[in-house]
Amino acid sequence: MANEKIIEFDKVVAGYSPSLTILNETTLDARKGEITLLIGPNGAGKSTVLKTLFGMLVPRSGEVRFEGRRVNGKSQRELLAQGIAFVPQGRNLFGSLSVRHNLELGGITLPRGDLPGRIEEVLTRFPRIRERIDNQASTMSGGEQKQLEVGRALLLRPRVLLIDEPSIGLSPKLVQEVMTLLRQLADAGTTVLMVEQNVRTALKYSNRALVLEMGRLALDRPASEVLNDPDLNRLFLGGHARPAAA
Amino acid sequence: MNAKTGKLALVVGIAAFAILPLFLKGYGVYLCALFCVYLMATLGLNLTVGYAGQMSLGQAAFFGIGAYHAAILLKLGWPFFLVLPIAAVACFLVGLLLGFPALRVQHHYLAFATLGFNILVFLIMRNEATITGGPLGISGIPRPSLFGISLDADLRYFWFTLFFTVVLAAILWWLLRSPWGRAFAALRDNPIRAESLGINITAYTLFAFAIGAACAGVAGVFYASLLQFIEPSSFQFSYSLMMLLAVIVGGSGRFFGPVLGTVIIVLLPEWLRFMQNWYLAVFGFAIVALMIFLPGGLLSLPERLGWKGASK
Repeated sequence: MANEKIIEFDKVVAGYSPSLTILNETTLDARKGEITLLIGPNGAGKSTVLKTLFGMLVPRSGEVRFEGRRVNGKSQRELLAQGIAFVPQGRNLFGSLSVRHNLELGGITLPRGDLPGRIEEVLTRFPRIRERIDNQASTMSGGEQKQLEVGRALLLRPRVLLIDEPSIGLSPKLVQEVMTLLRQLADAGTTVLMVEQNVRTALKYSNRALVLEMGRLALDRPASEVLNDPDLNRLFLGGHARPAAA
Repeated sequence: MNAKTGKLALVVGIAAFAILPLFLKGYGVYLCALFCVYLMATLGLNLTVGYAGQMSLGQAAFFGIGAYHAAILLKLGWPFFLVLPIAAVACFLVGLLLGFPALRVQHHYLAFATLGFNILVFLIMRNEATITGGPLGISGIPRPSLFGISLDADLRYFWFTLFFTVVLAAILWWLLRSPWGRAFAALRDNPIRAESLGINITAYTLFAFAIGAACAGVAGVFYASLLQFIEPSSFQFSYSLMMLLAVIVGGSGRFFGPVLGTVIIVLLPEWLRFMQNWYLAVFGFAIVALMIFLPGGLLSLPERLGWKGASK
């Protein structure tokens, strides 16, 4: 069902220490088969939303729900098994290992017999990775590495893909490739929740934009509206967002 | 060097080493067997330190636990092939316990935690004289027999030790090329990223210590039977340091690194004895120079020289 809420944050309070609260009763949602873009100034809590959803931070209060079920405090392994995958910010490959071994690590929680078929699926989707399959991962270009990171996350056929700053370190052309890939995944039914500093490009590929300020949702609008908003820079760089019109 | 040539070279190397003692006197045969014994311990330490990235200065303690298990149980008349798995399992379990500090601390803090463990084990061996014989140690440890053939002769015992060293190395080779090995490498490279892929970093950290410890325990059993006498000073912290040195000098995280490193720590001091009083100073200087010019260990030399086919 289109527009079905698959991820919900209900008054979530979370932070990196008891004295450092980042998410301040955050309430937001992401819908099935959409790319939901989290934007906002530095320190607004964008990456913290992803980390909290993926079990790297335990909320102090509030509720995080996946497909209507509470997932507060679940381990990353449990969340992977439920269908949530996370591509963190920066370089996430194991550079000393080969491309094949990096892929195999992505499927370490799968039954051994399923792994070759899943790897073949990823290689079919990413022919460039197939060409580099026996190379050391650290020798790949930035774009290839990002493809491999996403491909590795897709091995588990996640229903939700969390991706933090996928454009970091990539050329504009490679950024377009990564965004196109995410769009294709969303069109195929995967829900994507993305944090991205390259806001204008990311908005072109997203369905919705959620603007966070000081750990609270300040704005929830269709991405196309935000893209055409003359106040986009203010929204992204900070200041007070005008309340949502719709 | 392709895989086929590599395998052939390995088989030829092992065969050459197996027949080497035929041309050596008693002390030479003893050194070859001692090399095998230490190699079992350093192969295990390489898994803990080199592959899983967990610093350990406690390997000699496990070596000692294995040796004391062997000394006590073999003297009670227990069969060698029962004592061997008992010592391995005992060290595996103690290794699991030692792994718990690694879940909270890393690097030099972990080094000190494991060092403390080694000192604790040493003190138990020295002070619990009713069980361990105290500073006087335990003598008269029997060597096993195989299919009715006594292994009391040094040469036979060397072949017996070499066979088990090869078996242990083969098991570790298989393990490190399985998904376990990849998970250990992921744990070493970036534990947070590893966890985000669903790797149970708690379990793999504990197993890294436990498997390394079990290897040292097995080595300790062979050591006790080789010398037929053990005492606590053979399991002091300085021996842990020596084993770590073997791993780093050979090439930490490279499967054959400990082989070369153990040659250096066991055999090089002996080869340098012609220098009489200077031999330890020269040995120390060689190690310092090696660490400055080849911090990745001796097996990193082909990569430093840009040779193709240099592999781990």
